Formats: sequence, C-alpha cells, structure tokens
Amino acid sequence: MRLFDSLRFRIATLFRRSQLNAEMEDELHAHLQHRADDLEHSGLSRAQAERIARIEFGGYQGVKEECHEAAGGTFVESVFQDLRFAFRMLRKSPGFTVVAVGTLALAIGANAVVFAVLNALILRPIDVPQAQSLYGIERGKDKDVTESYPDYLDLRDRNRSFEDLAAYNVAPVGLDTGNNPYGAWTMEVTGNYFDALSIQPYLGRFFHGSDERGPNSVSYIVLTHAFWHAHFQDDRGVVGRVVQLNKHPFTILGVAPAEFRGTISFVFPDFWVPIVNQEQIEGTNMLNQRGSRGLLMVLGHLKAGVTPAQAASDLNSVGAYLERSYPKDDGQMTFTLMRPGLTGDWLGGPMRAFLAGLMLLAGLILLAACANLGSLFAARASDRSREIALRLALGSRPLRVLRQLFTEALLISLIGGAVGLWGSIVLLRGLSVWQPLPTAPIQIPIHPDANVYAVALLLSLASGFLFGAVPARQVLRTDPYQVIKSGSTGILGRRITLRDLLLVVQIAICAVLVTSSLVAVRGLMRSLHSNFGFEPRGAMLVETAFSMAGYSGDEALTMQKRMIDDLKTIPGVQSVGSVDRLPLYYGANDSNVFTDKTSDLRLSNAAADAMTYKISPEYFDAARTTLVMGRAFTWHDDKNAPRVAVVNQEFARRVFGSPANAIGSYFKLQDGTRTQVVAIVEDGKYAALAEAPQPAMFLPVLQSTAIDVGVVVRSNSNPQQLTAAIKTAVQKLDPGLPFTIRSWNQELGSALFPSRMATLSLGVLGVMGAMLSVTGIFGMAAYSVSKRLKELGIRMALGARPKEVLQTALGRAFKLLAIGSVAGLLLGVLASRVLASIVYQATPRDPLVLAGVVFAMSLLGLLAAWIPAQRALSVEPTMLLREE
Amino acid sequence: MADQAQLLPGTLDLLILRAVSLGPLHGYGILLRIGQISGNALLIEQGALYPGLFRLVRQGLLKATWGTSENNRRAKFYELTAAGRKRLRQETDSWNRLATAMGAALSVQPEEV
Repeated sequence: MRLFDSLRFRIATLFRRSQLNAEMEDELHAHLQHRADDLEHSGLSRAQAERIARIEFGGYQGVKEECHEAAGGTFVESVFQDLRFAFRMLRKSPGFTVVAVGTLALAIGANAVVFAVLNALILRPIDVPQAQSLYGIERGKDKDVTESYPDYLDLRDRNRSFEDLAAYNVAPVGLDTGNNPYGAWTMEVTGNYFDALSIQPYLGRFFHGSDERGPNSVSYIVLTHAFWHAHFQDDRGVVGRVVQLNKHPFTILGVAPAEFRGTISFVFPDFWVPIVNQEQIEGTNMLNQRGSRGLLMVLGHLKAGVTPAQAASDLNSVGAYLERSYPKDDGQMTFTLMRPGLTGDWLGGPMRAFLAGLMLLAGLILLAACANLGSLFAARASDRSREIALRLALGSRPLRVLRQLFTEALLISLIGGAVGLWGSIVLLRGLSVWQPLPTAPIQIPIHPDANVYAVALLLSLASGFLFGAVPARQVLRTDPYQVIKSGSTGILGRRITLRDLLLVVQIAICAVLVTSSLVAVRGLMRSLHSNFGFEPRGAMLVETAFSMAGYSGDEALTMQKRMIDDLKTIPGVQSVGSVDRLPLYYGANDSNVFTDKTSDLRLSNAAADAMTYKISPEYFDAARTTLVMGRAFTWHDDKNAPRVAVVNQEFARRVFGSPANAIGSYFKLQDGTRTQVVAIVEDGKYAALAEAPQPAMFLPVLQSTAIDVGVVVRSNSNPQQLTAAIKTAVQKLDPGLPFTIRSWNQELGSALFPSRMATLSLGVLGVMGAMLSVTGIFGMAAYSVSKRLKELGIRMALGARPKEVLQTALGRAFKLLAIGSVAGLLLGVLASRVLASIVYQATPRDPLVLAGVVFAMSLLGLLAAWIPAQRALSVEPTMLLREE
Repeated sequence: MADQAQLLPGTLDLLILRAVSLGPLHGYGILLRIGQISGNALLIEQGALYPGLFRLVRQGLLKATWGTSENNRRAKFYELTAAGRKRLRQETDSWNRLATAMGAALSVQPEEV
C-alpha cells in the first residue's frame, strides 16, 4: 500500500510539476520577504535587507532541487530535464553530433555484425528441440568427423549413452520432376534421423528406422520447406508425388518445418533421402565397407543425466572393441564429443578462432571510437567550462552537472547504436541471401535475434558511460571562481596527457589493422599466382556425375571416355582429361598406402595417407601438371592390364625415399592391390592452399570406378564459344545428364574463399580503424591549434617561419602518430602469424607490406592534420592580439 | 551565535513537528518558533528547513494550506495531521528516554558506581 501511495504521489507530482515549482518559488520567496521584513525592522534599508536575506538563505537553486527531491518525483523529472537540455546542446553543435553519432554507429554496427555472425554460427545451436543435449562425435587425434556405415551401426547399437545416434552426409544428385533434370543437393540420412532429432513433419510424414530393409529399400524423399516453397510453389498436393532421382523413382513423403534446415549450420540441402539408397544416389554402395570412411557424420541426443565425458568414454570402449575386431579397417577409434553444426573442429576450430579474432578487433575499434569521443567530449566540456562553472556557482551540485554530461553522452551513444544496428541489419539481410559458392548449397543465414539487440544496446550504454566518464574529473575539479575570473582552465597540460595516451592506443590499433589487412592482401595476391601443381588459366571444367543420368559401373566409364573423345573434336581444344575430384575443391579423397613388404595391412602400418585421384590418360596434359619422369597413362591401362599408378614427389620421398627409387617400384593400396609406379609428377596443392606438401597418387580411371567427373578442357579459343560448343557436345551425348561448365579459375573461388573473406573483413575493419584514427588525430590537432592560437600568433608576430609554427602546433600530434604507428606495426607483425593459418603465404616479412603501412599511416596523418595546419598557418597575429 | 549547538541528525524533523504542534505556522515562522522555544540555542540553516518540510508533507505528518501571514504576506502554513501528532508523541517519548538515560549516564559519580 505504501509503495503504491508513494508511486502515485511521484506520478502525480510529475504531472503537477509546474504547479509545484511555482508553489515552491512562492514559498521560498515568502520566506525571504519575511526575513527581509524582520531585518528592515532592525533598521536596514529594504534593498539591503533583501540582499542580506538572500545571502543568509544560501544556495537558492540547490535548496530548490533538494526540495524537489524531498517532495518525490524529482528523479524522473530531472531526467526529462536533462534529456531536453541534452537535445538542445546537440542541436546547437550539429558538427560534433554528426561526427560522434557517425563514429559510434560505425563502431557499434561493426560489433553488431560480427557478433551476429558469431551468434548465428557458434553460439546458437542447430534449431532442434533440446539442442543442449545434442552432440556430434569426432574421431582420433585428427578430430575426423566422418565414420564408415558399419562403424556407425556398431556405435549406434553398442553405446549406452545416447538416446539414439543418427548419421548424415551431403551429396549432389540429379533431380527430375517432369521437366529438365537438374543438379540438386541432398542430405543422405539414416532412417532414424528425424526421430533422433525429434523433428515433426510440416506436411505428410517422415521415414523411420523401421523402414530400412537393406540397400535401396526406402525410395522416399522429404523436402525442405524452402525447396518446397521454391520448386513446388507450396503445393500441398506434392505429398505422394513420384520424382526421378538419378533416373530412379522416389516418392515425396513429406515436408520438413521451415526452421529445420539440416544439421550443418550453413549447408542447406534441398531434400533428405535415406542413406540405404546410397547406391542410387551416389552410384556406389559403400555401406558394407568398414574401411571407407566417406562423409558420414554422426550425432545424437545424450540420455538424461549422462555427461559428455561419460559418453565419450562409453564410445571409446566401443571403439576399443572395434579396433580389436577389425584391425585391418579400424585404428585410432577414440572419440570426443562436439557441438554439431560446424562439422566439428576442422571447420569449427579455425572459424571460431577467426570470428573470435574478428570480435576482438571490432571491440578494439569500439574502444578506439570511445577513446576518440572521450577526448572530443573532454574538449567540449572544457570549451563549456564557463557554462559549467556558472551552473556550479549558481548552486548546482557537481553530481547534477556530471549527470547532465552523462545524459548527453548516453543520448549520443544510443542514437549511434540505433543507427549502427539499423545498418548492420541491412547488411546482414544481404549476407543471408548471398551464396558465396555458386555450386554448393552454402548460405550464411544470419537473422539478428534478441541476443544481438541486447549486445548492441549494452555496447551503446557501455560506450556512452565510457566516453562520458572522460570529462568527469575535469568537471569535479572545476573551481567556478577561477574559471569565471580568468576565462580559461589552467590545467591544460595534465589533461592532454590522458588524451595523448588514448590517441596513441588508437593509432596503434589502426596500424595493427592496416598491417594485417595489407599482409592478407599480399598473401592473397601471391597465392593467386603460386604454383598449384596445375594451371587453372585457359582451362574450362565440365562437372557432372554420370550417376545423375542413371549410369553406373562400366557404363559410366564408357560414357566418360565418349565424352572426352567428343570434347576433343571441338576445334581449338588442345587436350581433354578427366579427374574424379578436382584438387583444391571441397572434400579431397585420401587413402592409406603400404610398402610392398608390408603384409599386415593394419592402419598403424600404413606408409602414407595419400590424396587419391582417378584420372583419364590425358589429365596431366590438360591440367598442365609437369611429369618429372616416367610415362603417362594410356587407355590400355584398364582392368586387364597390370595395376599402375603415378605418384607425386612427396609420395615418392615418403614411401620410397626418393623419386629415383620410386619409379618402377611397387606399393600396396588399402585393399592390398600391388601397384607399380610408372611416373612421378610435381607436387601440388590438394586440399588447401595453406597446406604442407602432401603425398598424392593418381590411378587410371579404367582400373577403378569413378562416378563424379570433372573434365578439364584446355583450349585457347574464346571461352564463350568454347562453352557453347561444350554444351552442345555434352547434350548430344545424353540430354538427360545434368552438368555445369565453368572456368577453372572460377572454380578455385572455393579454395580461395576463406582467404578472400579474411582479407575482406580485415580490409573493412582497417578502413574503419583508419577513419577513426583520422578523426582522433584531427580532433586532437584542431583542439591544440585552437587552444594555442594566441601563442601561435605571438610567435608569428615575433618572426617565426611557417615551418616552426607548424612544428609548434602539430609536432605533438605527429610524434604521437609515429609512436602509435610503430607500436601498431610491431603488434600487427605479431598478429599476422595467426593470419598465416587462414591466408596462404601471409607473411609480414615483406618490404612492400612494411612500406605500405608506413605510407598509409603518413597519409592518414597528413589527411587529419591538413585543416588544423591550414588554420595554424592562417593566423593573423594582429587580429588575434587585438581580440583579447 | 557561537554558543549555538549543531543539530543531531534526525532531530530537525522532531523540532519542526514540535514547533508546528503549538499552532499552524509558515516556514519562516517555524524557524522563529524553534529559536524561541530553544532559547536561541539551536542553529538551523534557513535553506535546510524546506526540504525537511517537504519530506514531512510527503510522509503525511504535516499538511499545508496557503494563507496570509501577520505581515500581510501570502504564505504557506503548516499544521500537524493526526499521524503527525502520533509521531510527535512517540518521538518525544523516545527522545525523553534517551535524554534521561544519557543524562544519568553522564552525571554518574565515582562513589555511586
């Protein structure tokens, strides 16, 4: 009741504000009059009496404020008062307001964007019920995320920690809904996938574990909501329709809810298909091969009360059993649990590190912005020292003045934060619909949620307090009497010191950003011109999977040979060769090899883990891979001929000791096949640009099966004509075969994607840092020039030359710039070591980078100091001296 | 003026209540009345009185009405409410107990212990 009363009282007071104020004035006035009456009686004149009454009474405004406070309601009311005043002050100096709001909007916007990405990719788990207990598993010390199907079955059935374990894999597939067949992306999943994740269908129904009855037994697909919307126009009658996948009939069983888009955060399949139908989808059936760890990723919900550590040790005991039972196929069967979504640590690790680094940089930028605004604010406060002194002299308490300044700071930071957040939402909306790699179903869906808004608000408030606090000491130390008498604060020297420090820190941060973005750009440029072990320029790629048109086995090989032959007849084509998986494309194949003497083919005895490519005879020609010695394959290296292989130099060194030893010698493949080395080729890049030399072997396509095909067409002719000619030739071969034609350079985009992104983000941050530094240096230089105009005028009157004047006015700013730049450059060089893991050949030990940083920083300095320098030089001594 | 005592914290409210209990008064009048009843021994800063008055009004111990003073000026007159009267009684009692106890404690002689 009391609380309610007091609340009502406060609110009522708020509305009766002006009335209350008037009453208070009247009452205090009456008091003064009564006192003056008494004093007048004692013989003073009326004027004297009133004056003494006022002096006796003390700080009139202070008493009024205290009365307001005692009467309640004053807090809210004075906040309104402060806000109105703050708005007035900001409107009065639009330049300052625009600079401050703009700076903060940039800094807070950058933080919001980076945090939103971090939030969407790392903090927020996949959108399934009880996501907290959902874990994926990683194997071995390499943190491999993929398992073979038989191993998966054992893990699923023998563990006691998971409610259920499901597995999934992403694969391209040819889809025919009645019109033209086209390439789509599917997620092959185990039958229990939807049940294990507790997902309910949006439409129709899902398939279940109980539907699985051996290979190709479950011819159902489940559409994603997005694919249903885009390709079936939300047609509810789609359930039950039969579509062709790779020429095999599949029935559409249902549609998943819109919020569930698969179990990898950024890969969006078009539909789900049961993994038991792998043969129809991928053209090969690896479900019974324990040693072939394809791409099957495993995840499931932990049982209630089971900790991840307990679950891992449970899985390890299953792993130990597998190692004992299948020594030939299973080694290193130790498991750790991980958050699903980023496909484990091989992607999640670097991504987390990179995003954390980005977040740190964004934070530093915000800090720099605050430092900047803090010094601007301090300068403003000291420009306003007369006003503040006057208010203090009139009885305003210092705390009240401080609160006023804070209100102003918070107002600026909130407006800046709102603008920044708005900008970041626009940017993120663009990012969400962007497909970074045109051939893969990859998107980065980032929809700012409550977390992002909260962080933006928090950052705004924090930065407001941060830069609002800079002038606090200054205000608290203000002595009204001194200020009003002399017109200017006499404490210039010390305050500059704090501001100097802030500025140096800020310049250093900017230099770090400039250094690392230059390092990244140079690394990227260099990696575009480095030796990949093949020549992407002047080559077109035809990519297809013959399984998409229903071919398999020898039929697919015949088709492949016919395609190569047909493409070779195109005028201007120099050579045509095929490879099952392009180097530097996603997902390289690798397999273990053994020396010829090894008879116990267990994993621990492997001589090397080699990248494996199945190629047609002319591949090296078409790819321009240098044959160091030996012979290339011919079409006679088929199933009836002795098994042969071409290996790279690294392979030869690892397995045979030297290339000379290798040629003509034998080694064993994973399945024990003795294979003779017939040639050595140069080393290249296979899985990633930044990798160390990897062993690689090339096997003739006729001695194995290869379903996916990338055909390299080397030609000098005009790419457009060539593309058209290739298109005609392939369509003539089989009109039902989906394929893509791109230049090899375009294809390399995927390999360069991480470094491009890193370079881009660093570049953006670098530009922002540079802008902040410019405003910082500008603010400081302008301030010091304006404070010392009189001194500069005297110097000029006494005959100082322009150079000396500039030195006096701006020497300090440049000294700070130099200190900050050197510190930043050194830090940037250190930070670049981190970069080297993302951007190929990123090294700070590069004279161009160092020169670039020095040049950029000097340019920034010149840019920032230009206007203040002009002002310092245009000082008219006579004018100035006359003024005061 | 030098022999005026500083007010103990919390005693201003009690003094105001007591002054007003002797009849409705305006602010300046309260100051004069306190001076009169304390034999000019207690020092109250003029400005400090008003926040106290507003506080007591807010607590419902005083009520205020506008009227005309003896000097023929418009002024705000304060008087006790029922709650104010009750509070004055309680505070007076507890003050008396405290004063008696303090007086006894401070005046005790060695032979009485």
